[in-house]
Amino acid sequence: MLRLLFEKTGNAVWISHLDLMRLFQRAFKRAGLPLTHTQGFNPRPSVSIALPLSVGVESVCELLDFTLDGASVPCEEICERLNAALVPGVRVREAYDTGKKLKELAFLDCAVTFEYDNGIPADIHEKLQKLFAAESLIVPKKGKNGIQDQDIIPMIKKLEIAKAGEKKLVLNARICCQNPSLNPMQLVAAIGLHLPELKPDFAKCKRLEIYDLNQEVFR
Amino acid sequence: MTEKLQRILPMVQKPARYTGGEYNEIKKNLEDVRVRVAFCFPDTYEIGMSNVGMRILYGVMNEMDGVWCERVFAPWGDMEEAMRANKLPLWALESQDPVTDFDMIAITIGYEMCYTNILNMLDLAGVPLYAKERHGLKNIVFAGGVCTFNPEPLADFVDFFSLGEGEESTVEIVSLYDRAKAENWSKEKFLTEVAKIPGVYVPSFYEHSYNSDGTLKAITTMEDAPKTVTKRIVENLDDAYFPTKMIVPSTEIVHDRANLEVFRGCIRGCRFCQAGFSCRPVRKKSPEVLYRQAVETLVDSGHNEITLSSLSTSDYRQLKQLTDEMIPYCESRRINLSVPSLRADNFSRELMQKLQTLRKSGLTFAPEAGTQRLRDVINKNLTEEEILTTCANAFSGGWNNVKLYFMLGLPTETDEDVLGIADLVYKVIQTWKEHASNKKRGLRIHVATAYFVPKPHTPFQWEKQIDPQEYLRRCRLLKDHFYSKSIEYNYHTPDISRLEAVTARGDRRLAPVLVEAMKNGAKLDGWDEYFNYQAWLDAFETCGIDPDFYTVRGFGEDEILPWDTIDVGVTKKFLLKERKQAYAETVTPDCRHGCAGCGAAALLQEVKCDA
Ligand code: SF4
Repeated sequence: MLRLLFEKTGNAVWISHLDLMRLFQRAFKRAGLPLTHTQGFNPRPSVSIALPLSVGVESVCELLDFTLDGASVPCEEICERLNAALVPGVRVREAYDTGKKLKELAFLDCAVTFEYDNGIPADIHEKLQKLFAAESLIVPKKGKNGIQDQDIIPMIKKLEIAKAGEKKLVLNARICCQNPSLNPMQLVAAIGLHLPELKPDFAKCKRLEIYDLNQEVFR
Repeated sequence: MTEKLQRILPMVQKPARYTGGEYNEIKKNLEDVRVRVAFCFPDTYEIGMSNVGMRILYGVMNEMDGVWCERVFAPWGDMEEAMRANKLPLWALESQDPVTDFDMIAITIGYEMCYTNILNMLDLAGVPLYAKERHGLKNIVFAGGVCTFNPEPLADFVDFFSLGEGEESTVEIVSLYDRAKAENWSKEKFLTEVAKIPGVYVPSFYEHSYNSDGTLKAITTMEDAPKTVTKRIVENLDDAYFPTKMIVPSTEIVHDRANLEVFRGCIRGCRFCQAGFSCRPVRKKSPEVLYRQAVETLVDSGHNEITLSSLSTSDYRQLKQLTDEMIPYCESRRINLSVPSLRADNFSRELMQKLQTLRKSGLTFAPEAGTQRLRDVINKNLTEEEILTTCANAFSGGWNNVKLYFMLGLPTETDEDVLGIADLVYKVIQTWKEHASNKKRGLRIHVATAYFVPKPHTPFQWEKQIDPQEYLRRCRLLKDHFYSKSIEYNYHTPDISRLEAVTARGDRRLAPVLVEAMKNGAKLDGWDEYFNYQAWLDAFETCGIDPDFYTVRGFGEDEILPWDTIDVGVTKKFLLKERKQAYAETVTPDCRHGCAGCGAAALLQEVKCDA
């Protein structure tokens, strides 16, 4: 089994997880890199993407596992050929064959950008710092069994707030991404719920890095 | 604009359809571009990107030096709402520039029920709807596609129509525009010149006047415009432009696969079928060219499915040679080869087995009528025996599913014909009982009936449409005669087919109705989620137009027809003869048994009609 480290940026962020799988299957075909297929009635090319991204979220650290059918191809070449066959915004950074086990994935770094059209509200730093320094912070979460309350504090490992211009604020956070996992947009929801006057006009999110249980970079 | 869009995208369904950026999308440097074309498909991205004609013409225009053609689709309702709320005008996918920035606005029209989408798209773009409200060369609107063989309902909105196949004429049209723009022509001068290109119809050069009973009195030709405009065709399909580098959508579309057209035209002559007549004469592609294009398309796109399409693929003479080559290629690469619209002949049956068509798409028949008498009337050459033999084979092979498609309201139809459908279905059940190798799962028969819509350029172009109540009565009559639990019967609601009959045979007086319907909220009429019959009824009411004039009235044989200016090759004389044959319950054998003299061969100069 081989692994790709790839990024999904620009307008490619609007491609859904399922569509992205299909896109990669075709890109492999275009690149002349045949994939092995699943067994069964409707064989499918076996590619899997770890931690599906929500539509609209950018990332520079996505992982895709795959197995090539037939002769092996050097990793640099896989990378080059795929990049020639992919679409703008989806770019393979690296292909390699000795990846860590996906179940060891535990944390990720993300940057949530808050946009305030009328300028960043006063005292926002202190207020947010206080909010996220609390013992617990309950945010309802939509799940399979309906809406449930979720305490997000235990899932935040680190959190920094930085100004990025007059109208933008960036929240850099390290959060749990697997068992349990925190959707970074819950940070925005928390503000909307507990400090409604600081609710941004628009928020977007970017995944920056992923880590294992020991908080070492995951590859 | 992009800033606004980025904020809207997270709120709408399937945002990837609004951003472009697909594999093989064509971008050009604006400094090298003299003519910008916004190519509008009046339906959603998923439908539009499945349209082969649009893909070909996108390629044709972008091959031209100094021309950049971009795609525009109709937004889904949630996006439209957001666009209107945020004052975001309709944009083209490639550059994300608003449609008003473009020189030419091209529209491809494949079915009548997208007329309100056309107007809604112009409105969303901020382009004036009526041609006379647009001055100068900028934003000139032209349209093509099967529906434009009766262009009249759109005549007031569209500056000119490009009739027939566009591979060659589109280049001539856009080149002329290029010159017009460089030389700063007026719109009037451009229209006068573009009307000289064969296949181009400029509706403002024709005046329609009416009798007191509402029928057409005269079509008066102005300027030097030709009395009739003959559609364009490509004579040699092997040499015709075909793009093997096609856009591969990043999000799922309706027909998510490669598509090759094996021939154009149809040898059959089913008397209700508009495509069957208006796409004549018959011209084929050679298997060598098709194979090469198939391989190039598949290698370039990475698709895992390819379709060999046409109006009736079993009639492609070299189907065996082509599939003998394609099957091994596709099998070794895990590519699914699909060949729809196969008939029930021996070779096709073998082919279906090889391609596992049954497993993938099931056993499907379109007898259209329930009795042999009525099938003779409509010239649908499919016998009960063929249906039952094919069913018997499939049932003994373990298959337990059949789909049957019919029309109700066909000319001369009686209750006997309606009940003939029940009879035929009952015989299919009998056949299953006799032949099924696996009865455990039981039999499922899906029966669907559509409400017959008389179409221009067919032998039935003069026919009455039965009224909606009568259609529903026939549906219920049929339903009452379906006793078996194996039968699942679906009938289309009559509303949309009634409107289709109005727009298909409509004239220029429909223009205000279309505008009014759109203002009343009619859009995406082809989608159940949006179809709004009342919006249309109100529009007819407001404009004082009686839809029955176009539907249940029927047209007289000596009446001037709104589409008389348009010559699709098949002559009116031939259509009249076919109509008589229909009433005499006499079939016209397919063209392989000899040319029936439809007239379309006269469109050919270099080659013969290849039926
Ligand atoms: S010209 Fe003759 S052979 Fe050709 S489509 Fe017409 S009837 Fe058929």
